[in-house]
Amino acid sequence: MKLPRPIGVGRDRRARRARPIVLLLLLLIPVAVVVSASANPVTIGSKKFTESYVLGEIARRALNDAGIAAEHRQGMGGTIILWQALQGGQIDAYPEYTGTIAQEILKTGQQLSFEDIRDALAEYGVAITEPLGFDNTYALVMRRSEAQRRGIRTISDLRQHPELKFGLTHEFLDRQDGWRPLHERYALPQQSVIGIDHALGYSALANGSIDVKDAYSTDAKIEENDLVVLEDDLRFFPKYEAVFLFRSMSPGAITALRRLEGTLDEKRMIHLNVEAERTKNYAFAANLYFGPGKGSAPSMGESFPHKLARWTLRHLELAGFSLLLAVIIGVPLGIVASRGGWIGQGILGFASVVQTIPSLALLALLVPVPFFGISMRTAIAALFLYGLLPIVRNTASGLQDIPRSLRESAVALGLGPFTRLREIYLPMASRSILSGIKTSAVINIGTATLAALIGAGGLGEPILSGLNLNDHATILEGAIPAALLALLVQWLFDVLDRVLIPKGLRI
Amino acid sequence: MSALVKLIDVIKRYADVTALDSTNLSIERGNTTVLIGPSGCGKSTLLRLIVRLIEPDSGSIEFNDETITSDTIAKLRRRIGYVIQEGGLFPHLTARANVLLMARHIGKAQDEMQNRLVELCDLTRFSVDLLSRYPLELSGGQRQRVGLMRALMLSPELLLLDEPLGALDPLVRASLQKDLKGIFAQLRQTVLFVTHDLAEAIYFGDKIVLMNDGRVVQKGSIADLRENPSEPFVAEFINAQRGVLLT
Repeated sequence: MKLPRPIGVGRDRRARRARPIVLLLLLLIPVAVVVSASANPVTIGSKKFTESYVLGEIARRALNDAGIAAEHRQGMGGTIILWQALQGGQIDAYPEYTGTIAQEILKTGQQLSFEDIRDALAEYGVAITEPLGFDNTYALVMRRSEAQRRGIRTISDLRQHPELKFGLTHEFLDRQDGWRPLHERYALPQQSVIGIDHALGYSALANGSIDVKDAYSTDAKIEENDLVVLEDDLRFFPKYEAVFLFRSMSPGAITALRRLEGTLDEKRMIHLNVEAERTKNYAFAANLYFGPGKGSAPSMGESFPHKLARWTLRHLELAGFSLLLAVIIGVPLGIVASRGGWIGQGILGFASVVQTIPSLALLALLVPVPFFGISMRTAIAALFLYGLLPIVRNTASGLQDIPRSLRESAVALGLGPFTRLREIYLPMASRSILSGIKTSAVINIGTATLAALIGAGGLGEPILSGLNLNDHATILEGAIPAALLALLVQWLFDVLDRVLIPKGLRI
Repeated sequence: MSALVKLIDVIKRYADVTALDSTNLSIERGNTTVLIGPSGCGKSTLLRLIVRLIEPDSGSIEFNDETITSDTIAKLRRRIGYVIQEGGLFPHLTARANVLLMARHIGKAQDEMQNRLVELCDLTRFSVDLLSRYPLELSGGQRQRVGLMRALMLSPELLLLDEPLGALDPLVRASLQKDLKGIFAQLRQTVLFVTHDLAEAIYFGDKIVLMNDGRVVQKGSIADLRENPSEPFVAEFINAQRGVLLT
C-alpha cells in the first residue's frame, strides 16, 4: 500500500481559506487607486495625426506663455470623438478644419461661408477662431515616379488607369466629402479600394502595395516620401482651413489662442510637420513655431523613464480597476449562472456576446453615452465588460464541477446555503475562479492599450503615436512594457494561486 | 420497540420512472436496519428522502413522531449522521476541519470539541496524528473512518450509511466491518445501512429490508427471508449470493 505523504503538524487554517476572494480583492485595491488630477488647467485636445498633435502643442505653449495652465491630450481619436469631448467639457479647445466642420459636424451638403459656420456653431455653445492661415484640404497622392511614368497629373487622369490600387483611410471612405462622392464626380473606374490606417497607408504606398491614397495637403510625408499631389481639377474638395474650436474659457485664454490666427501658412505648416516626424517630438516642432530665441530652447520634454512610469501607472489603473469591478460583479454572476436555468443561460450568453463585440467598436459605442464620454470611465467600463466572461464562466463551471456527492454531503451535514457556498463550494472552485481572473487580467492588460484611442492614456499612448509616425521604436516603447506587464501579471497570479488555493486541493 | 423513523405511503418519481412506489417502513431505535437489493431498486432513494436531499412526491416521513417538512429538516439534519462511499470528505479541509465543521458552525466550545474529537478517534481507531492531513493524503479506509467521525460528531440519533464500504479493498473492508459493528453496539446506535452485498447485510443487519423495483419486498431476519420468502424474487436474490451464505 502506498504510504500517504507525511506533513508537518498542521493547525486549522479554515478561517484563512474561507475568504480567498476577499483577500484577492484587498490585494487589487492598491492597483486600482485612481490618482485624480489636482489643478483645473485648460485642456487642449488633438486628433490622431501629426498636424493635429503639433497644433495642439502650439496652443498649449501659447497658453503657457500667456501664464495660463494648460495641458494637451494628444491624439484622442477622430472628429466625432473630439467634437463630443468638446461639447461634454472633457476638453476646452481643439484644432479643426472648416471643411470638416461643415461636412461632419454640421452635416450640411452645401458650401458654407465662414460666417455661416460661426453662427451654426454658436448654437452648440462652441466658438471658433479666425483661420490660422493654411488650407489643409484632402488630396489624392501617388508616388512621384509612378505618376510621371503613367503621365498622371490630375485626378481626372486616373480615369485612364482602372488597374490602380487605392488604399484609403476609413474616415475618408465614410465621409460626406470623401471617396463615394469623389469617385462619382470624377467617374473613377477603380475596383480595388481597401481601407487602411493613415500612417500605415504611407508604408503601403512606398512599398507598392497600393498606388493611390488620400492625404492632407500639408502632410509631412508628401515631402519625405517624394509623393505628388494630384490636382483637384474639378474643384471637388471643399476648403479645409485650420481653426481652433473652443468652449467658454477665460478671456486671457481666448486672447492667447486667437493670437495664433493668420500666423501659419502652408509652407510653414509642412515644415513643422516634417520636423515633428523627423524628431518624433511634437513639443520640439511646436517650439519652432515660436521661433529661435523665442521662449525655451527645444527640449525633449518629459524624460523617458518618467513617461514610462506615467504610462505604466495609468495602464495599471485602467486594467486593475476594471479587473476589480469584473471580480466584484463577475463572481456573483457566476454563482447565479452555475445554477443554470434561463437566468444562468442568459448571464453566460450576455457575457459571451459582449466578448464578441470588437473592442474598438465597444469603445466607440460607449463614447456617446452621457456618463462615459472621452474619459477613463469609458475605458474602464469597456475593459470591465471584456473581463467579465472569463470570470463568470470559470466561476460557474468551477462550481458545477463539484461532485454531486460532495454537494449533498454539505447539505446533509446541515450547513446553511450561505455557509455551504462560502466554506465549501467557493474554496473548492477557487482554482477555476482564479484561473478565470488570471485570464481576465491578462486580457485587460492587452486590451487596455486601446484606451489611448479615447485619450485615456496608458501604454497605448506610445503605440498610437508610433503608429501615426510610422515609427517602430516608439511603438515598441509601449508594446514591450505592455507585454512585460502581462507576463508579470501572469506570474503574480501564479504566486497568488499558491496562497489562495487551499492546500488540500494542491496535493 | 418504538420506531425512530416512519415512512408513510412515500412515492418518488423521476420523470416517468418510479424510484420509490408507495412505501411504508419503520426504522426501529437502537438497532441496525439494512436496506438491500439490486442496483436501482430504490434503496439509496429511500435514504436520500429521509435526509431530504430529495423531496417525496407524496406521502410523509416522520422522525420521532413528527412529520419532516422542508422547514424542519435544517435543524433535523444535525440529529442525523450521513455517510457515503469514500466518506464524502471536503478535499480543501483537513480531517480535523472536516469532522469539526458542523460543531464549529453551531458554536460548540473549543475544549468540548477537542474532547469529542479524541473520543471519536479512539472509537473509530483513527490516529490523532493523522487529523492534520488532507483527505487526499489519507487511504480509503482512513477517509471512511473520518467520514464516520464527522457523522458521529454531534451524537446523532440516526446514522445513515449509503454503501459506505463499497469502494474499499477486501482486507480494509473486513477490518472496517468489524470496527463498525463494534461501534454501533457500543453506542446503541440506530443505524440504517444500505448495501447490495448480502454477506454484509447478514453481518450487520438486526433487520433486513429487501427491496426490488422501488418496493419493499420483504422485511425480517435473514432466517425469515430464507425460510419464508414472500415472493419468488426473495429466493432468487438469496440464491444468487448463495456461495457467500454457505461459508
